[in-house]
Amino acid sequence: MATRVETAVSVDTLTVHRRAAGTVAVVGNPNAGKSSVFNRLTGLRQSTANYPGVTVERRIGRGIFGKTSLDLIDLPGTYSLSPTSADERIAVDVLFGRVMGTPKPGALLAVIDATRLYQGLYLLQQLVELRLPMIVALTMTDAAQRQGLRIDYDALQEALGGVPVYPIVATTGRGFPALKDALGRLLETPPPRPVEHWAELKVAAERLAERWRVGGMDLHPVEVERLLIDPGAYTAATQLQDDLAAERKQLFGDAPPLAVEARRRYAWVRVTLARVETPGSLVASRGAALLEWINRPWPATVLFVLSMALVFQAVFAWAKALADAIGAAITGFGAWVGTLLPDGAVNSFVVDGAIAGVGSVIVFLPQILILFLFIIVMEDTGYLARAAFLVDRAMRSVGLSGQSVIPLLSSFACAVPAIMATRVIPNRRDRIATILAAPFMTCSARLPVYALLIGAFVPVRNVGIFNLQGLVLFGLYVIGILGGVGTALLLRRSALRGENPTFILALPEFRMPNVQTVAIKLLDRVRCS
Amino acid sequence: MRITRSPILTLSDLEPGDRVRIETIDTADPAVQRLMVLGLVEGAELTFLRSSLGGDPLEFRIYGASISLRRAQARRFQVIPSVVVVNGNPG
Repeated sequence: MATRVETAVSVDTLTVHRRAAGTVAVVGNPNAGKSSVFNRLTGLRQSTANYPGVTVERRIGRGIFGKTSLDLIDLPGTYSLSPTSADERIAVDVLFGRVMGTPKPGALLAVIDATRLYQGLYLLQQLVELRLPMIVALTMTDAAQRQGLRIDYDALQEALGGVPVYPIVATTGRGFPALKDALGRLLETPPPRPVEHWAELKVAAERLAERWRVGGMDLHPVEVERLLIDPGAYTAATQLQDDLAAERKQLFGDAPPLAVEARRRYAWVRVTLARVETPGSLVASRGAALLEWINRPWPATVLFVLSMALVFQAVFAWAKALADAIGAAITGFGAWVGTLLPDGAVNSFVVDGAIAGVGSVIVFLPQILILFLFIIVMEDTGYLARAAFLVDRAMRSVGLSGQSVIPLLSSFACAVPAIMATRVIPNRRDRIATILAAPFMTCSARLPVYALLIGAFVPVRNVGIFNLQGLVLFGLYVIGILGGVGTALLLRRSALRGENPTFILALPEFRMPNVQTVAIKLLDRVRCS
Repeated sequence: MRITRSPILTLSDLEPGDRVRIETIDTADPAVQRLMVLGLVEGAELTFLRSSLGGDPLEFRIYGASISLRRAQARRFQVIPSVVVVNGNPG
């Protein structure tokens, strides 16, 4: 095993600039462990950029599987091919090869949570219809086992038209050798057999695709199906709209097409689930009972306030010790360099300018790192989604939804990833209001400036049990929050007036943070600040 | 004979722990259609877990997944108490 890893590394350095044999889209439900799988398959051979025109991260990595090297695209998580948010739209656009500068994937790696097969099967059914070489990585099989769930992998493969299914555990790496072997053969894997679910839709879509092909437009029949079902999600030429409207009337009558699709597909999902999965007798562990208790409104609120207090305590008190140590080291280093150089302008430039200057920035690194670390860990454990659920009611009073809480908390670290985090908010007005409110939150880069000004202008004096300097800093944070809330309120009452945002959120199970995922995200975000 | 007619039960009228099956859905609201894509369709069984601070939003468990929605959407789903199946097939 060790020798194999070594070969992979040496091959990697040779082939890093060579073309990959193909592009594989890594696609799956949110929180299914897709990024952990992607990280494990590509290691640090990945690059992050933005898709053109949107603030959705594009992560592409090179994976080497035996003799085959593949480019893997980590698509944003999605529940279906009907996009409701900016990141879901990107996932679907990449699958259909509609994104400039991103190659159309030639094969699919579907990452599905074994404990949530019900929703996973819905997406799988749609993916199978794309008729691309495809394999399924079934994650969280350890959690499924603990819940007593039994899954018949062969029956699942059969139901999916022959798509091979590989049970894995993304956190420990169990099942990855077999998955990697399969990825090495993926491009030669025959596409899934057609699974006839909905003949009328298929016939209609193929008829339209054929008619448009004569007119010079080449669309995948599944793409035409999406145009038929998700009228609001894509723009099509008016001439095509007439064709679509006629077919839509035939297929769905007056019912909303998406509702009809959901009913039909979930009918298949339930039949398949009954065949594939044996539900376990759920034995509630003590841990589950504890989680259940702290999910109740009041314990959850107390926990939320405590964890926020802990974050700020860590940023302002604990980071200070580290910052002081770094500061002392830099001063020492400067003094040492000063003794090496002759007195004069050069000495002063190096010691007081370069070293002290760079040093005064580095001193704040611990604060920024700790803040990012907390927010990334809260995100990775699923706690941020719980926080969104908790405060949705309160956020509604300022015209936002609980989903805005994730970006708003992130913007205490840095407004840039915070604005990127708004991509999961489906409602456009809600999203813009959140984007405009986020920069009011005091970000970590503003902290040094505040600290400097407070140090210079606010006397060290105690007000009751509080320190005046600390109170002023706290006040500045409060002003920032009020500014953000005020902006959101103002916008929702004027330029962004509209119906109340909805709140639909899948709440992930609480899980231990994955060290590799946290580390890669932390690296990414530090680079951005 | 009881004079009070039993009211129509929706996802918004449940107590924590209640298990129900979705009977009919008012599908006009696009947010309701999104919930249907997440699996809240006729025939699906759910357990109501809890409501959040202030009574809204609500959290449900549906075949192993947790999902939260507001009462405004929950009211669009008519449900009936789910039959607990000991042995054999439901219905």
